[in-house]
Amino acid sequence: MFDRLNRDRITAILMLLPSIVLVAVFVYGFIIQTGATSLTDSNAVQQLSRMPANNVGMRNYEELFSGVLNNRFRIDVVNTVFFTILFIAVCLGLGIGLAILLDQKVKGESLFRTIFLFPMALSFVVTGVVWKWLFNPTSGLNVLPTYIGLPPGTSNWFVDEGRVLEFNWQDFGLIIAFVILGVVIALALWQWSKKQSQAAAFFAAIALLVLAWITFGDPRQMTALPRAETHGFNVALIAVVIAAGWQMSGYTMAMYLAGLRGVSEELREAGRVDGCNEIGVYRHIVLPLLAPITLSAIIILGHISLKIFDLVYTLGGGDNLYIDMPGINMWYTTFRAQEFARGAAIAMIMLLMVAVVIVPYLWSSLRGENKS
Amino acid sequence: MSAAAQSLSRQGATEQPVKSSRRSIGRYVVYGLLILFAVMFLIPVYMVLVTSFKSIDQVNLTTMWNFPTNFTLDSFTRAFERLAPNFFNSVLLVVPATVISAALGSMNGYVLSKWKFPGANVIFPLMLFGMFIPYQAILIPLVQFLRGIGMYGNLYGLIMVHVVYGIPITTLIFRNYYAEVPNELLEAGAIDGAGFFGIYWNVLLPISLPGFVVVIIWQFTQIWNEFLFGVTIITQSTSQPITVALQNLSGSQIVEWNVQMAGAFLAALPTLLVYILLGRYFIRGLLAGSIKG
Repeated sequence: MFDRLNRDRITAILMLLPSIVLVAVFVYGFIIQTGATSLTDSNAVQQLSRMPANNVGMRNYEELFSGVLNNRFRIDVVNTVFFTILFIAVCLGLGIGLAILLDQKVKGESLFRTIFLFPMALSFVVTGVVWKWLFNPTSGLNVLPTYIGLPPGTSNWFVDEGRVLEFNWQDFGLIIAFVILGVVIALALWQWSKKQSQAAAFFAAIALLVLAWITFGDPRQMTALPRAETHGFNVALIAVVIAAGWQMSGYTMAMYLAGLRGVSEELREAGRVDGCNEIGVYRHIVLPLLAPITLSAIIILGHISLKIFDLVYTLGGGDNLYIDMPGINMWYTTFRAQEFARGAAIAMIMLLMVAVVIVPYLWSSLRGENKS
Repeated sequence: MSAAAQSLSRQGATEQPVKSSRRSIGRYVVYGLLILFAVMFLIPVYMVLVTSFKSIDQVNLTTMWNFPTNFTLDSFTRAFERLAPNFFNSVLLVVPATVISAALGSMNGYVLSKWKFPGANVIFPLMLFGMFIPYQAILIPLVQFLRGIGMYGNLYGLIMVHVVYGIPITTLIFRNYYAEVPNELLEAGAIDGAGFFGIYWNVLLPISLPGFVVVIIWQFTQIWNEFLFGVTIITQSTSQPITVALQNLSGSQIVEWNVQMAGAFLAALPTLLVYILLGRYFIRGLLAGSIKG
């Protein structure tokens, strides 16, 4: 609008300019600087010596993934993967369950909604402090079963030393390759079922490429770790998932509830006329309409879990490698151990992980907006 | 809500008597599950309250779940003594940071929704990306920068950081809010001879209150609850915001659980009050960050 008012147009751009500059410097400029630091050997000793840091190329990254002396980052990567999967599963499951329950025209809906959503208003630090007390191994949640005559729980919660689903880090490349293969095959079959044979063929071709990589390329070489190193799902993470799920599932509930309110009663009635019972109405009519919300929720929750810091810090992360995460590792490496370059490398990997999730999301939402 | 109420009456009219007994069993299941989940969600609240009303000699692992035998406000006074300076630091931090970022967001939203210029479609997503990044990726240069300009270790630096990294979300919320304002309204202002600022001041600002409420509540909650910047930028315990102080309290050697729980309650109180009093706007802010504009 307002094409005629040229002077005002310039004023408008000038008013936006400070913010553009701030974001350009504080987001992109600083990211570039972090990236540059991650390619050096910058640390406290180097800074004290007042000598410029040496360029070491990708060595910090290689060290993180295959350095024999320090396996902490590899623990973090495995923890993040398991935590993210469980955290998203809990939040989606609880979120949609609670939303459907609240969608049944219940009395006191707003009270229930307030109860399920209030943890979102809290700081992760508050959540951490409170749950630390509840996760006390000799008391807390563990004694709750005794109030209904059951034996007390024996979990050590976030200090549990148990580990299941163990694997050798040297196989990590292979596992990733198989996961990619599985996803691509699933995508191909999904497109096939929708009679999109072109897209199905596209994914099938990628699947063949991945298969060729597994057979001939030996993805195990990716890790370059000289000796076997066992990793797995640390049971202690369940405690973090419970605390984080308690805080965040109200959020997914709110998203789903907003979506459910958008499904018109006429549409549901049409389903009932077609012979669906209440469960059928949800399965065949309502839930398919909520698919985009599920995708948004997965992306939002996923990027939160990749970045998780406060909660783990408060639960004693930093000292507790069973629940350690990249964000914690980066912070302690940088600001306690003063290994700036290594910390910067961890930060860049975190950024990359988040970008992989967020960039396509931003792209598609804004493109959709421009179309409409 | 009103839509839900309407559909309720509609459904009531079409309900068939044959199904009603099965329906009512279903109702019991629905309410039973809701109450069960509500109780589970409130367990931590129960724990905070019963623990913080106990004196230290009543806090022990065997009677952890029990009601306090005699109520005392001792833990609250102790927690307040420890955390009061940090509570006020947080107030000093949150108020200016929230006000400035709301003002900036409003102006940016106005430009980006009503004065679209070539390249705006590129700049806006680049801006938005800034709210999703892990702040670890900017933390090292940020600390160096703040040291360089003498803002490291004090609240001014922290205020600035929150304003800058608040730009994406406040801009997004205002941009979406102003996009709903019909252009005709602004054109009427333009015909009256008002320019860029005149339109903003006379036409847009008077109808911006709901947008400001959403943004202010959102920023208030976010900044109050924030921990990473606080723990990195503020080194002296006397200048720390409340979340950092609470974490230090919980990490200290002597574990006084009653004081910790009272401290947690204290730290949670402002955002909790905002949520309870203005929950509707809080949820709008919440969804603004996730559902496409």
